[in-house]
Amino acid sequence: MAGEVSPPGVLLTTLEKGVNWARTRSMWGAVFGLACCAIEMMATGAAHNDLGRFGMEVFRASPRQADLMIVAGRVSQKMAPVLRQVYDQMSEPKWVISMGACASTGGMFNNYALVQGVDQVVPVDIYVPGCPPGPQSLMHGILTLHEKVMDGEIRRPVIHGVG
Amino acid sequence: MSDKDTTEEQQDAAVAVEETPAVDAPMERGEAGRRRLHEMWVAGTEERADVRHFTDEGAQELLGDEGPDVLAIQRGTVVEDDYEFDDSVDAEERQIINMGPQHPSTHGVLRLQIELEGETVRRVKPIIGYLHTGMEKTGETLTWLQGPTNVTRMDYLSPFHNELAFSLAVEKLLGVDIPERGQVIRILMTELNRVSSHLLWIATQGMDIGAISMMIYGWRERELVLDFFEKVTGLRMNHNYIRPGGVAADLPDGWEDDIEMLLRKVPEGVAEYREILDENPIFLDRTYGVGVITPAECRAYGVTGPAARASGIDFDLRKAFPYSGIDKYEFEVPLGKHGDVLDRYHVRIAEIDQSLGIVRQILETMPAGDYRTADRKVTPPPRKRIDESMEALIHHFKIFTSGFQVPAGEAWQSVESPRGELGVYVVSAGGARPWRVHVRGPSFAHVQALPVAMTDSLIADAVATLASLDPVLGDVDR
Amino acid sequence: MADEELTEQTAEEAVAEEASAAPERELPEQAVLAAIVEPHESATWQIADDEWVVMVSAGEYHSLAAAALVNGFATFIDLCGVDYFRARPRFEVVLTLLNYDDPMRLRVRVGVDGDEPVVPSVTDVYPGANFYERETYDLFGIDFSGHPDLTRILMPDDWEGYPLRKDYAVGSVPIQFKDAHKVQ
Repeated sequence: MAGEVSPPGVLLTTLEKGVNWARTRSMWGAVFGLACCAIEMMATGAAHNDLGRFGMEVFRASPRQADLMIVAGRVSQKMAPVLRQVYDQMSEPKWVISMGACASTGGMFNNYALVQGVDQVVPVDIYVPGCPPGPQSLMHGILTLHEKVMDGEIRRPVIHGVG
Repeated sequence: MSDKDTTEEQQDAAVAVEETPAVDAPMERGEAGRRRLHEMWVAGTEERADVRHFTDEGAQELLGDEGPDVLAIQRGTVVEDDYEFDDSVDAEERQIINMGPQHPSTHGVLRLQIELEGETVRRVKPIIGYLHTGMEKTGETLTWLQGPTNVTRMDYLSPFHNELAFSLAVEKLLGVDIPERGQVIRILMTELNRVSSHLLWIATQGMDIGAISMMIYGWRERELVLDFFEKVTGLRMNHNYIRPGGVAADLPDGWEDDIEMLLRKVPEGVAEYREILDENPIFLDRTYGVGVITPAECRAYGVTGPAARASGIDFDLRKAFPYSGIDKYEFEVPLGKHGDVLDRYHVRIAEIDQSLGIVRQILETMPAGDYRTADRKVTPPPRKRIDESMEALIHHFKIFTSGFQVPAGEAWQSVESPRGELGVYVVSAGGARPWRVHVRGPSFAHVQALPVAMTDSLIADAVATLASLDPVLGDVDR
Repeated sequence: MADEELTEQTAEEAVAEEASAAPERELPEQAVLAAIVEPHESATWQIADDEWVVMVSAGEYHSLAAAALVNGFATFIDLCGVDYFRARPRFEVVLTLLNYDDPMRLRVRVGVDGDEPVVPSVTDVYPGANFYERETYDLFGIDFSGHPDLTRILMPDDWEGYPLRKDYAVGSVPIQFKDAHKVQ
């Protein structure tokens, strides 16, 4: 698409790249703090680690305004339907980070009460290991997600009538 | 609150903590304005019969309005509002709003069903269990030495207290004595944990009532404490550091410098918070006379810790049932006298000072010696011995795979966590794993008491009240 | 168990034995504890430094709790269940109370028979027992008669079984490794 002859001072790019760039630079998170990991998620947003550097300091309470759900903590059988409902309310395109061992696999609590991995409920793009993951781990996960979105590695088909 | 004539009372509020405690002091603040009055406390009666059943409405949802208990709630309190409240209003004119489980201000996944009449909360129903992790069941499948790994994840803002209570309970059954240095390290870590937890509380309380900058400030100092935790235990949270038999490792070299830095910087930060909040009219208006819990209600509903002390109950487990030699240190138990959100703030601020005072005394008097018991039953052999001796290697392997046996019996141990009485009840059948682990989390009782504090207050105060009790949902649901 | 003798007896036997032994029944030295256990014939006790443990039958549990309240144990701390599984009675309800004014802890242990365990509720004495009894009902299936609202509290309403019973499996699933690319 980029022409061979372009006027000086003008950058040409594909629309997709431009859109992806915009998406990654202001990826707003939905508040979905559940347990210990939520504290570390808040720590990531606070002064020391400052998620604002990545355009992500805004955590939206309303899922309608959020692009990214960080599932921070253990998901119980009772919470799983709520989680799915919040996910369904988010508008496309949307991404999910599963933060911590419990959200990713059930962690050390392999028992009757917990959903063994949040990917049984919602599609997960990034798994962040740790119990709980430190702010650096979470930031690494977020930046990895940004890279993937920029590369076009993660594509979300827009299905009309869903989400 | 009217702005002018309450200046004196505001100053009174600011110094409330320093004053001598008066349990039966009349509640002046309620008279100041539209805030809720507590008929019972004002009358000075602490009769048990007057403690009403606030928490009886419905299963996981509010029931119909016609039950006698429900009517008792409406009759039971005097409402002093700006507008006239008409008792004959139909139930249809009330609305039920649902707060949570996914809500930014509920400190986790608490769900509240609130029945409103205009702006006034008439009924509240806490619905919990959204974070039920089955930890008590998992605890029965882990060995005694693995137990702290489990309990430390319950109240994730005060992990050391969970570990300490569990370890002390197990040691009670074992009959093991911990060397002095091990005990002092335990006290050091738990008191620092109290500081970090209260700092987080100030941050979130500030955020919940609109002081967003407090959020950033509180985290700033908390990170300093967490850095020290990371240095000592390897983790910022969920440390699994205090174990049956002592602690996992000795303090690192140069820990004194870190503590000195903390003792210098945290009080500076706290002074800054007080500058922001103490005389801030918005903060005072949002907290003053809000969310009152009377001493009788604290007793009846099991409200403990700073929330009970803010109501004037002079009780601290560190004084009443000293553990790990905490009675060697001098500290005071700060008290409030009105039992509102503002007093809880003052009590917690004062507790930070007291805890830092204990840490300062520890810094000066840290004894030398071993950090864990020499009892080979619970303590693995030192690293050097493992290189030399096959038996030591096998011993080490056995302790960490099959675990050690604990004599049959039952034991209760509670410690004063930043939120209140944290009790652990363990039952051993004589095996390598507990028969039953039950943890009495202070937050569970606090969530239960939420309707007491919220009923007949304004909906805008609901979040301030909730935050002031500092419930940690991991502790509630376990 | 420390109270093996007690748990092996049925409640009726305990009552009958206590009744026959009533004349020479010794009371504890502590006046408060004596006042609490004195009217209750099935009560036995142990005394430690900072806590008293009282074992009582389900029939006298409620009045003993009321007596504890009158005698200064005004603070409700905890109520939980224990499943001793093969012992009789199978379940035990453990009530923990605290006296603020004269710091002392009181633990009341109540044996409950296994098939359809029923204990009187103490919510009318200690309103704080409400959530705790609901939790014990939820996790152990112990029925608290007289509780105003005995419903599940931690588990979903439609959950089947009582998770903390010993005959309820932990519910662990075999760990599997998932193919992340297939998840969409």
